[in-house]
Amino acid sequence: MNDDVVDILQEVGNIGIGNAATALAEFLNAKVNVTVPRASLVPVEEVFDHIGGVEEIVAAVLLRVEGDLSGTVLFVFSEGSVLKLISQLLGQPIGSLEEIGGMGESVLMEVGNILTGSFLNAISMMSNLTIIPAVPLFTFDMLGSIISSSLLGTGMMEDQVLLIETKLAQEGDEVTGNLLFFFDVGTLNSLLNSLQVQLESL
Amino acid sequence: MQEVAKAVIPSGTPEVQVGIADWKVGKEPVILITLGLGSCVGITLYDPVHKIGGLVHVMLPRMADFSKGSGKPAKFADTGIPLLLEEVLRLGANRRLLEAKMAGGAQMFTGADNKFRFDIGERNVEVAREVLRNLGIKVVAEDVGGNRGRTMVLDTATGRVMIKTLGSQIKEI
Repeated sequence: MNDDVVDILQEVGNIGIGNAATALAEFLNAKVNVTVPRASLVPVEEVFDHIGGVEEIVAAVLLRVEGDLSGTVLFVFSEGSVLKLISQLLGQPIGSLEEIGGMGESVLMEVGNILTGSFLNAISMMSNLTIIPAVPLFTFDMLGSIISSSLLGTGMMEDQVLLIETKLAQEGDEVTGNLLFFFDVGTLNSLLNSLQVQLESL
Repeated sequence: MQEVAKAVIPSGTPEVQVGIADWKVGKEPVILITLGLGSCVGITLYDPVHKIGGLVHVMLPRMADFSKGSGKPAKFADTGIPLLLEEVLRLGANRRLLEAKMAGGAQMFTGADNKFRFDIGERNVEVAREVLRNLGIKVVAEDVGGNRGRTMVLDTATGRVMIKTLGSQIKEI
């Protein structure tokens, strides 16, 4: 990746997390501190090195996006982060993801939605490409099963994944999540080109 | 992963990991393990007399349906299973003695997105069964479908296959 691309992606991450912080504060009714997210393009096969082991239990929100930029977006929370979020939001601690229940699932989906939407808007704004998200789906399971299943929505994707690593802190509790954008074949170049064009016109 | 094996397999047994879209074969006492079968399907072939086994972790049903077939035959049921057969035979298995077991093919996500139907798990299972039938290999056990991921372990010493699923006890198929 050349430095320009790295900078642009980083900027997408910054704008996205800024939007997300505002929306989350409203949703959670509390101040949310965010740190600068790390945005990068990584080869598909290296995804696990960045976000955890194949058998690690995680919760994930998944959605398909269409429009000028199409692909599959996955937002992954570690089990620890989910337990923190749920106990804060619902005021009742749970011991494991298996006890999450319908309410917890909805809450988590909403948080995943807010974060995902914020980053997608940032990408759309920076690139001037239209992105239309579909309805999100939810699951918790082994990371390996989730990733390999998500990739199969199309079976046709780029070898590089956009990874945005985020950290949110609320009242000292740190919640980490990773956004993964699997691009449909042929769309990554158009994104990078659009981002370059926008950058040069600034 | 190790806990799956430890439950029934002597410690110190050599373990071979099978990655996604990957295959491995082995002789007693090796155990073959694959993690993270979601909509993917794991297929084992085992010769109980010579104690030779193989495991392939396929992601998609047919290579021809995905023109960008990345040249990895183990990625697809219709190319991965014949490849695995060839390799266990090369290791000395007798084709007439081979038995198959399969696990995976789950539908992982809950939600209401009609544009994003994940019936890929189901199709993986169907095609895998069909390929095995055409090769004349009997499927003696299955643990397929549902909505949870699985870890699959084949013990070449016994031919036992153990399945670990989130939130359930380890079970043998």
